[in-house]
Amino acid sequence: MLIKSRQNNQLTENHVTDQGIYRQRRSFITSAAALAGMAAVPQLWLPGNAVAGARLAFKKTGYGQGLKPTSRKHITTYNNFYEFGTSKSAPAANAKSLKPRPWSVAVDGEVEKPGTYALEDILKNQSLEERIYRLRCVEGWSMVIPWVGFPLVDLIKRLKPTSKAKFVEFQTLHDPEQMPGQRRTVLAWPYTEGLRIDEAVHPLTLLAVGLYGEVLPNQNGAPLRLVVPWKYGFKNIKSIVRIRFVEKQPRSSWQAAAPHEYGFYANVNPQVDHPRWSQKTERVIGSFGRRKTELFNGFAEQVAGLYRGMDLKKNY
Amino acid sequence: MAKRKVVLFLVCLIPFIHTGWQLLYGDKADPLAYATHATGDWALRFILITLAVTPLRLITGMTQLVRYRRMLGLFAFFYVTVHFSVYWVLDLAIINGVGFSELLQYVTTDIFKRPYITVGFSAFLLLLPLALTSTNRMMKRLGKKWKPLHRTVYLIAVLGVVHYFWLVKKDLREPLIYLSILIALFAVRLFYHYRKTLRRAAANKSLPEAQRKPA
Ligand code: HEM
Repeated sequence: MLIKSRQNNQLTENHVTDQGIYRQRRSFITSAAALAGMAAVPQLWLPGNAVAGARLAFKKTGYGQGLKPTSRKHITTYNNFYEFGTSKSAPAANAKSLKPRPWSVAVDGEVEKPGTYALEDILKNQSLEERIYRLRCVEGWSMVIPWVGFPLVDLIKRLKPTSKAKFVEFQTLHDPEQMPGQRRTVLAWPYTEGLRIDEAVHPLTLLAVGLYGEVLPNQNGAPLRLVVPWKYGFKNIKSIVRIRFVEKQPRSSWQAAAPHEYGFYANVNPQVDHPRWSQKTERVIGSFGRRKTELFNGFAEQVAGLYRGMDLKKNY
Repeated sequence: MAKRKVVLFLVCLIPFIHTGWQLLYGDKADPLAYATHATGDWALRFILITLAVTPLRLITGMTQLVRYRRMLGLFAFFYVTVHFSVYWVLDLAIINGVGFSELLQYVTTDIFKRPYITVGFSAFLLLLPLALTSTNRMMKRLGKKWKPLHRTVYLIAVLGVVHYFWLVKKDLREPLIYLSILIALFAVRLFYHYRKTLRRAAANKSLPEAQRKPA
């Protein structure tokens, strides 16, 4: 086992924690946070300098009610994060070398308030919330993750993009010292992703800083990652260091790697198969079962309007 | 002799038992994908191990190795069968209760629409006659035809490697390893084949004119 023993203990503890206790604990955290009030949150809870595993203060939401979160063990040990290696277990084994604090994010392009923002400043006065989303990987599996984060639109409003900003481009850290998987050119580093501006400001789109009520583990994209629940997992770019507002549609890393297999939109869609495998069903992580894949990963009601009149087979 | 075969048989079963154990008790995130991948790996490994017998014999001169080849080949067939059964039978039909007609649809689209499975399934179809003609009786019945028939195992290995190349998302290192092994095994055979022909020619030349065979 390459994970530090401290983390290991938490893994086991959480793993045996059943649903009921987890929920109780969450409401305890929430009410404790409410009691303390956002201003008086103890140092430990300040997400700006908190380390992986530290508790976060957040409010619960109704997102994902009735979904059973995948075990913490599987969420944190079964990852696609090629910056740390291409196998599912490599990120958990290798992500220790990432230093998520201090962290800053460069903002540029078609925006009124460009600059380099320290993570603390991004998170200052930003209330956090928990949303339980199902993450559907393009490979044909899914897991349910209780994210802690805030709507991307909150940040975008503060940055004030200009009318020329039609798309948002994101980049992951590019530093082979911290991300040993980048020593080989498996993908075109830095990992790049993009959203149309209306997708970026959609209320479902989240910037996550934690999961299971705690600061994000490195292998899950610490300290700041994108979560777009109606798109395939690879759109959810991790360890973000740059946000650009641009006029032209950005080219994502997977698009660049295999344009006929991975499109810009990458909306979850059981009717549009990957050229090499079916997308009709998905294996449910932590079980032997499959479930039927839903259009827009179950969010059709909320997001279908964004794509009205578009041929989803062509714009895969 | 017989004892050694029993030992080899048990050793060859270890990956199967290990995979089954991990599948049930390993707390795997994606157990069925795990089992598909593990058995796929072992299918390809057993094909290559079987192919390695002759080159090893040529290099070491251990002629008795050939006696184990049939068992190794049958294990390759066994692991291939388990490999696709995990997906089509265990995953789809048994655990996820896909009905017969839908299952048929799955299997046919897999075979005809997904190139890596087309290739994998072709490899399986080519293995089938080899498994069926592996008995002593069939060997006798086929006589001289048996050897050329069983040489298709090279083609099967190539298809197995192509199957692997075609299914990986981006990182080609592992299929490249298998490809290198396959090329190395083939190179050893070619080397010995040419050496034999060269030696024969040389020996022929050193004979008195009247005894030489026509070139
Ligand atoms: C001689 C025949 C075959 C050989 C040697 C073989 C070998 C392999 C190997 C080495 C892998 C990769 C394992 C890994 O990633 O560690 C694999 C994966 C796979 N094979 Fe095969 N295979 C064969 C036939 C088939 C057939 C007939 C099917 C039909 C269902 C099949 C379906 C699959 C699937 C679904 C995967 C996993 C793909 C993925 O999701 O990544 N294979 N196989």
